[in-house]
Amino acid sequence: MSDSREYAVGTHPDLPPPLSTSGAIGWIRGNLLSSPTNIILTVLSIYFLYKVVPPSLNWLFFDATFNGDSRQDCREASNGAGACWAFVKHRFHLFVYGFYPVEQRWRVDISFILLPLALWPVLFDKVPYRKHLLKFSIAFPFIAGWLLIGGFGLTPVSTDYFGGFMLTLVIGVTGIVFSLPIGVALALGRQSNMPVLRVICVTFIEFIRGVPLITLLFVASTMLNYFLPPGTQFNLLLRVLIMVTLFSAAYIAEVVRGGLQAIPKGQYEAADSMGLKYWQSMQKIILPQALKISIPGIVNTFIGLYKDTTLVIIIGLLDPLGIGRASLADTKWTGLTTEIYVFVAIFFFLSCFSMARYSLYLENKLHTGHKR
Amino acid sequence: MSEAQTSKMAVSDETVIKIHKMHKWYGSFHVLKDINLDVKRGERIVVCGPSGSGKSTMIRCINRLEEHQQGDIIVDGVELTNDLKNIDAIRREVGMVFQHFNLFPHLTILENLSLAPIWVKREPRKQAEETAMRYLERVKIPEQALKYPGQLSGGQQQRVAIARSLCMNPRIMLFDEPTSALDPEMIKEVLDVMIELAEEGRTMICVTHEMGFAKTVANRVIFMDGGEIIEQNEPNEFFDNPQHERTQLFLSQILAH
Ligand SMILES: Nc1ncnc2c1ncn2[C@@H]1O[C@H](COP(=O)(O)OP(=O)(O)O)[C@@H](O)[C@H]1O
Ligand SMILES: [Mg+2]
Repeated sequence: MSDSREYAVGTHPDLPPPLSTSGAIGWIRGNLLSSPTNIILTVLSIYFLYKVVPPSLNWLFFDATFNGDSRQDCREASNGAGACWAFVKHRFHLFVYGFYPVEQRWRVDISFILLPLALWPVLFDKVPYRKHLLKFSIAFPFIAGWLLIGGFGLTPVSTDYFGGFMLTLVIGVTGIVFSLPIGVALALGRQSNMPVLRVICVTFIEFIRGVPLITLLFVASTMLNYFLPPGTQFNLLLRVLIMVTLFSAAYIAEVVRGGLQAIPKGQYEAADSMGLKYWQSMQKIILPQALKISIPGIVNTFIGLYKDTTLVIIIGLLDPLGIGRASLADTKWTGLTTEIYVFVAIFFFLSCFSMARYSLYLENKLHTGHKR
Repeated sequence: MSEAQTSKMAVSDETVIKIHKMHKWYGSFHVLKDINLDVKRGERIVVCGPSGSGKSTMIRCINRLEEHQQGDIIVDGVELTNDLKNIDAIRREVGMVFQHFNLFPHLTILENLSLAPIWVKREPRKQAEETAMRYLERVKIPEQALKYPGQLSGGQQQRVAIARSLCMNPRIMLFDEPTSALDPEMIKEVLDVMIELAEEGRTMICVTHEMGFAKTVANRVIFMDGGEIIEQNEPNEFFDNPQHERTQLFLSQILAH
């Protein structure tokens, strides 16, 4: 102890932190080597990465074959050491468009291009001309529907030809867009003080949650025929869309209910005491906060929905997984299971990972100051 | 300001709140018993009493945050019934400040203040924001307008909450222990704002244990215990000469420290 002070009492200035706690070395020391356990974990992780990453990269890229017309070509090119992407390349159009007629594929292309344009102003708020672009976003589902299905001047294309990524996106995007508002409405209905409404919502939610999606899809593909008047033509894809939407709406409803319950009673009381009507306080006060809390759960449900679109294979719709399995039957390319599934996995991973990152971005953006 | 000045401020003969033989139950728990209270326009009433005595419940009945089961409550000539129109009309005239501020954390201070004028009174946004800024200046924090509640101290948040109520220009203000969630050094800044409001002659009902505040601004102090109004009197008489022994006990307890 020394009592020599550098500064007089009460005049100590703010100093930068010492180097060892900041900068790269400080970070490594603090985060990777801070304790014996931490050191062991760090070493093990490096060893694991060393064992896994280089072979994967070799298989994926360096030893892989990208051109060829049959599995034989791949074998000759790389002695079978790397992936045979020539197969995927050969089937790429099927993965993207399904069985959509070749001469009409430009319509799918345009929809693919318009989709990000429609999402952009919805997902981000610092977008030039956002107000006008949002109008386009609202119109987009109808435009895309018209483009894909046709009619009104375009050659009609039966939804039976939909497949591949395009089918995934159609089901995924429709499901996401419609299940959110329906889910919120169900959550509000479940909290309502009107008993009839509450019972209806609870019954619906619990029924849907209690039944596997596959079952609902089967119901959609077969049993609905028994309920509908004989002879009614009711598009299979439309039935699937309805089932997938309702399914995820029930989950969204429960996630949002959790968010609603987390809002302190004082928020409702403040809104009431100021004379806001029910819908006003929901729209301006309660839902913005409840939805914000629910973002991780909502996005989680969306990711689940997106991946569950692969289940449509069961009722004969060919999503990328279905296309992949169908492709495996080709004798020229037998045995390339890994390539197909890795390729489909990468596609789903990219979509789902983007959603997860977006959810984090949104949480940060909506974070307003300290929590009490 | 002196007591003489405050008590000189006009209290009209017009009754703005009339509570008559009002009872309330929570389930089978009789929380408010035979409450009778007439509040004149411009009157400033302080309500005190031990915790759990029903003070909050009583003032929350006045703007229908709680429903009473028996008796009448008439606010500004409008009777509180299940009629939503009446409830809305009363809530527009009655502002409330809560113990825990209840600001909207996802909105900026300015948005907190202008929300109700825009959506309830249908004021144009610009006008509502100007009014909001005026009241923020009144409570001395105009520079915080664009921050979020979470970035403000407790005292500042409570002043924002008061300004938010004022933006609706209510004729009656209810305060439910507005300083009891605050750190000691912030209590004064909030009380100062409330004293200024009292000087304007706005009708106020304030649940508080700040006896200094009661002595400075109140026309009347009401003591509640066990869901009943035990005693009410003008402040000097109330503090110097409490009649009921429960009042005496309560006062000796809170003045002890
Ligand atoms: N929602 C409620 N349900 C049941 N009992 C309640 C409820 N709110 C308050 N009480 C009870 O009513 C009594 C009065 O509460 P309150 O008016 O908050 O008292 P005070 O504000 O005087 O401390 C207390 O005993 C409290 O436990
Ligand atoms: Mg209370």
